Amino acid sequence: MALFNVFNIAGSGMSAESVRLNTVASNLANADSVSGSAETAYKARYPVFQAIQASLMSPGAAAEPDRAADAAVNVSGIVQSTAPSTARYEPGNPLADANGYVYSSNVNVVEQMADMISASRSYQNNVEVLETSKQLMLDTLKLGS
Amino acid sequence: MPLDLNTYLGVEPDALKVYSQRAEVLAANLANADTPGYLARDIDFRSALAAAGSNGSTLTPVTTGARDVTAGGSPSGSSSDPASSGVSTEQFLRYRIPLAPALDGNTVDSQMEESQFAQNTVRFQATLTFLNNRFSELTTAITGGE
Repeated sequence: MALFNVFNIAGSGMSAESVRLNTVASNLANADSVSGSAETAYKARYPVFQAIQASLMSPGAAAEPDRAADAAVNVSGIVQSTAPSTARYEPGNPLADANGYVYSSNVNVVEQMADMISASRSYQNNVEVLETSKQLMLDTLKLGS
Repeated sequence: MPLDLNTYLGVEPDALKVYSQRAEVLAANLANADTPGYLARDIDFRSALAAAGSNGSTLTPVTTGARDVTAGGSPSGSSSDPASSGVSTEQFLRYRIPLAPALDGNTVDSQMEESQFAQNTVRFQATLTFLNNRFSELTTAITGGE
């Protein structure tokens, strides 16, 4: 029954969005981290989402006509932001380099907050889909009673 | 007059199947709402239902042996298994015409997908109700309304 596949699809969406929430959490936690050089400064992390067809996941699934519509989502990797880190003159900081500069992270807090809200809404969407499909399956089980 | 359960239930079981396939497609759209380059899809319901219906109405009775009496008088054993000749969803999938595609090429409109999903759910439940009514009619006929 096709409704069973909805569980896999919505589940993949939930796990992808939770990875996204995880990266937001690390980015926000490290928003104020400083480092002694621009290379070692914290860089904002972002997940890369990718749609995967059922036929690509398992070769046998391609033969099942019911599963042609499957398109679960997968986090294919985490990329680091290439935005430049800002240098601050803080000679008193123990991490400061020879010239007295520390390098802060390149996390944009406002962008992260917007990302967090978007991830949380998408997660809720997937939960709702899951809940509805579960109810439909339970109703189908009770057919004729 | 023998009662053919398939004819009695009409188009409802086929509709139920197409609704569940559509739920899957819409769930995939919602799961990929943030995937760059993902193109939202939907099922061409009319042709999917027509194909499911035509498949259903030509079902040949499953026979268990060569001595089975078949409805049309055709020799048994040559009938194909109706369960294996499932209709592929793929041929009824159509890409949505995007209203406002995102910069990353994603064409999923979450609000629209949600409303379509809700609509699909209500129709699924309506079909279930129709089927339930059919079954209770049968029960009434069997028990004589007691």
